[in-house]
Amino acid sequence: MNWFYIAWRNLGAKKLQTSLSLILLAFGVGMVSLLMLSEKQLRDTFDRNIQDIDLVLGAKGSPLQLILANVYHIDAPTGNIRLADAEKVMRHPYIAEGIPLAYGDNYRGFRIVGSTPAYPAHYHAELAEGTLWELPFEVVVGSKVAEEAGLGLGDTFFSAHGLQDETDVHTDKTFVVKGVLQESRSVMDQLILCNIETIWQVHGDDETVADADREITAVLLKKRNPLAVLTIPNTIRDTNMQVALPSIEINRLTQNFGIGMTTLRTIALLIMFLSFASIFISVYDSLLARRYELALMRTMGASPVGLYLLLLLEGGLLSLGGTLLGLAISRGGMVILAQMVEDKFRYDWESLGLLPMEWALAAMAIFVGLIAAAIPGISALRIDISRTLSDS
Amino acid sequence: MIATQQMAFRYGPDQVEMHFPDLTCPDGEQLLLLGDSGSGKTTLLHLLCGLLRPTQGTIHINGQDLSQLNGRTLDRFRGSQMGMVFQKAHFVQSLTVLENLALPHFLTGQQASSERAQALLDNLGVGHKAHNRPQELSVGEQQRASIARALIHRPSIVLADEPTSALDDRSTLAVMDLLEQQAAEVGATLIIVTHDQRLKDRYSRRVELNPLATTAR
Repeated sequence: MNWFYIAWRNLGAKKLQTSLSLILLAFGVGMVSLLMLSEKQLRDTFDRNIQDIDLVLGAKGSPLQLILANVYHIDAPTGNIRLADAEKVMRHPYIAEGIPLAYGDNYRGFRIVGSTPAYPAHYHAELAEGTLWELPFEVVVGSKVAEEAGLGLGDTFFSAHGLQDETDVHTDKTFVVKGVLQESRSVMDQLILCNIETIWQVHGDDETVADADREITAVLLKKRNPLAVLTIPNTIRDTNMQVALPSIEINRLTQNFGIGMTTLRTIALLIMFLSFASIFISVYDSLLARRYELALMRTMGASPVGLYLLLLLEGGLLSLGGTLLGLAISRGGMVILAQMVEDKFRYDWESLGLLPMEWALAAMAIFVGLIAAAIPGISALRIDISRTLSDS
Repeated sequence: MIATQQMAFRYGPDQVEMHFPDLTCPDGEQLLLLGDSGSGKTTLLHLLCGLLRPTQGTIHINGQDLSQLNGRTLDRFRGSQMGMVFQKAHFVQSLTVLENLALPHFLTGQQASSERAQALLDNLGVGHKAHNRPQELSVGEQQRASIARALIHRPSIVLADEPTSALDDRSTLAVMDLLEQQAAEVGATLIIVTHDQRLKDRYSRRVELNPLATTAR
């Protein structure tokens, strides 16, 4: 026999009220924590892949689409640009480095991206085995590609035109895997890399195309001088090209769905508030219903403080249980969400550890739960035992 | 040993002061306090167990002046020295009968023995209901279980407030027999407060309370 056991049994004796408090709190905490987790994952994913790409050069269109397509590879590109025009920008004195990208094919939904060795090097992606590509149609595959498409060293495959489906397969050109990258938790994991000539040749270009007419998709730029952000747009005004700043576009994006997040968070907090009201009512109700029991326990030697602690313990158990349940729900939700993200965008979302913010959330939920029990519990301190016993 | 002197009480400044006759009862004996509704029986009982404080006079229980005790020490003294049986048996409803019997020990910080609790319930004929919730017992069974709870911690005094008023003649007889028998077993002084005339002739030591005697002095 101990206080904990009595509190536990008291909660169990009124299952309906207890479940209501638990479910409300669990949903409130679960929603807030799920929002925290997904925001954090989203930010991490965005930040990890921006690295220090300052500008992205590509065809005119939506700047956000340009960023999503070329930095994160989750949107269609805005169009092609002429290599000769792009090279002028890459040679600009304010630009430190430019990584050209050309793509338009996929293998089982994984993009085949033509670039230079600087591209994997930029993401610190190391080779797990094999070597980098040298000749056209030699590829290096990301870790996720190797795992999911089952590609290993020496394997060969055909590419399909487009970025997703596999209806239009180029069966005349065979790709061969020369290397596999280690996992870098960046966009590298889900790409098939080769040189740019490969992309040109797979689309039927031959040696007769003049160098000046060659096209690529985009260039990732690192600036040497901060003024690049201001001057580059001017230098390309007369072309079909534009530059976009990943950090600004992503900020705009997160701000846009930040409004939705705020709404959701408000709703979640409202549910949490309701759950505290429910705990308050639960404790208050048990005080009314168990007035006589409490007086009885006083006659058996219980102190007012002991009874107060019993009620606090009931409130505490409710809020602790609801909070733990809520954190479990958010983990479950995260697993589902991660699966959806992976299916749709091929990004890995993981790490289900508690965020510091979630510790704060849990502490706050338990604390407010205790307060919700403490306020009605005060009248347990003041029970007039004699009157309670003789009234019954 | 219970001894009161010149005891008086009033519920509020504008209420009538009740005066009580002096009571004495040696250890292990039985005392019947007989009176009608409104004669201050329950008030007297609550004064004896320290739930109410007399406005004047003294109460000595086993040599201890109750007015010297306060707060936690009074709670402990009451919890360990006294067992109480009420008109209507009340329990902590979420606990089983056996668990309810562990409360007097737990609440006074002592080790409970479920063997003794079970034996006591067996003696009182409700052993088979030990693992039931209190509300699953009949009124008579509940009253017997509450006698077990009043005696489980071997109190020196058992205070019974109208223990039989909800019972029929046969149960009354049985419950009183058991109450006396069990109180005698642990050597407890038994004080019964009742208006139940059926009990009148069972006890030689009795004090009749009536509204006039208690209020007008």
